[in-house]
Amino acid sequence: MTAAGGLSVELRQPGPIPLDVAFDCAPGELLALVGPSGSGKSTILRAIAGTYRAAGGRIAVGPEVWFDAAAGIALPPQRRRAGMVFQSYALFPHMSALGNVMTATGHLPRAEREGRARELLARVHLAGLEARLPSALSGGQQQRVAVARALARAPQVLLLDEPFSAVDKATRQRLYREVAELRRSLEMPVVLVTHDLDEAVLLADRLTVVSRGRSLQTGTPETVTSRPDSVEIARLVDLRNVFEGRVGAHSEQGTAIDWSGKLLEAGPLPGLAPGTPVSWVIPDGFVVLHRRDRPSRGERENPVEGHVETLVPIGQMAWVSFRPSHDGTLPLQFSVPLHVARRNGLAPDAAATVSLLTDGIHVIGPRTKPAS
Amino acid sequence: MDWTALWLSFRLAGLTVLALLPIGLLLGRWLAFGEMRGRSVIEALILLPLVLPPTVLGYYLLVAFGAASPLGQAWQSVAGQPLAFSFEGLLLASILFNLPFAVQPTQRGFETVGADLRDAAACSGLSAWQSFLRVELPLAWPGVLTASVLCFAHTLGEFGIVLMVGGAIPGETKTIAIAIYDRVQAFDDAAAGRMAAVLLVLSLATIALTLALSRHLGRRRA
Repeated sequence: MTAAGGLSVELRQPGPIPLDVAFDCAPGELLALVGPSGSGKSTILRAIAGTYRAAGGRIAVGPEVWFDAAAGIALPPQRRRAGMVFQSYALFPHMSALGNVMTATGHLPRAEREGRARELLARVHLAGLEARLPSALSGGQQQRVAVARALARAPQVLLLDEPFSAVDKATRQRLYREVAELRRSLEMPVVLVTHDLDEAVLLADRLTVVSRGRSLQTGTPETVTSRPDSVEIARLVDLRNVFEGRVGAHSEQGTAIDWSGKLLEAGPLPGLAPGTPVSWVIPDGFVVLHRRDRPSRGERENPVEGHVETLVPIGQMAWVSFRPSHDGTLPLQFSVPLHVARRNGLAPDAAATVSLLTDGIHVIGPRTKPAS
Repeated sequence: MDWTALWLSFRLAGLTVLALLPIGLLLGRWLAFGEMRGRSVIEALILLPLVLPPTVLGYYLLVAFGAASPLGQAWQSVAGQPLAFSFEGLLLASILFNLPFAVQPTQRGFETVGADLRDAAACSGLSAWQSFLRVELPLAWPGVLTASVLCFAHTLGEFGIVLMVGGAIPGETKTIAIAIYDRVQAFDDAAAGRMAAVLLVLSLATIALTLALSRHLGRRRA
């Protein structure tokens, strides 16, 4: 594949689709833009491809500037070399799979085009189906033709717009593996747009959370899903345990968080003065159920007593809503394997104790307005 | 059988289709894809010949083509003959009254080419012209074909406007539809019947051919 420079994107406009985004994507990196439907993710992708023109901002790939509103630069899509896989694939329905891929090989000498298209179709496991029309291909096969067509341009950037949304679950799992495999051989930046956080976590090196046209946070999946920069991001990445508290005393081990009178030990928070109101989150993997026959094993584990409010078995897991005794305003949510729930007698109204692991407590603050 | 009139009708219909093909493509594509104000006004103007009584449209065209109008005078000075009651005038009228038949189906044809497909063509590196020839036109083709057939058939059958603008000059403006009327007026039922039958067969054949072609194109795409 073509050696490529990194992609840097900055887009700003007040309307009609408000945009305020900035992110980078290194060569060979897969960056996922994640956010709810209608948050402007696809518009960002179209702006990179050149089929949408934002009022302000700058888009560059390596030293090449594709768009710079201030300098009056806006290259047409034909001059951008961006490979795009559309949400509904947008295959040309009157052309065979081969014809679709060959359409994007206009930069090659005529004699090489068919060979290159066949090579790409073989690479996405479609050898032998070159003559088929898109209507004679399955959803997964259509997606592969779309990927081959996007790669046929020898793109400097690969853009994937919800590429897995139109196929069934089994096909999607297979396509995940194929994309993960394929991207190891790609040297260009890859930007994936998806509303599915699990998909993004599975495939991406980094995530950018997008909401209402704004890029809120960029980081590794682990960072974004466990250490969100704001309460809004916490909700967007489906962190259910978001609480309010105040900064307590600082010590050598860390900083205490006062959660409605209960002191929790968190990591060190040197920048926050005692008494500062903060929001804090804990991913459900850091909420640990105590065994009935064995109480808390240490003081650093922030034991919290309370009772089970609801227990919903989903597959082999039990989703537990736990009401702490010291503050009944908001329940803690966590999941445990169903057999663990049974062994520990977890049931609605049963008393239980959980630990909030210090490593998992992430403080968002200081809070300037009440978290909604 | 008035072969001169039949040939004149074919010539008029053929030239009308040839002239309207680029106009229909241009206007139809523009109305399908363009984002502009006043689109409904333009669409209404194009549809107007469809609802106006032929004699009303014919009257206005006759006035516009007449020696007193700027258009009539300009034509007279360039061509050396009046526009009204000439084949050229008839052709111009035919182009105007067939406009809705040329634009509407073509517009519908282009509307089947989604924005995603056009974006995909641009992202594949196709220029606007290549995208038109290789993606838009092949997909909008059934609409274009329907438009051409409708214009051809409608021109063969048009009576009121032709009579108003062209009169019935043999070899110049007397079409087959006028010739049939002429024969009926002269109580020559046999000739009128023969000509009517020829038109009927031709019309049926045209419709059958169009349906077959569009079905063939539809199958290729499905």
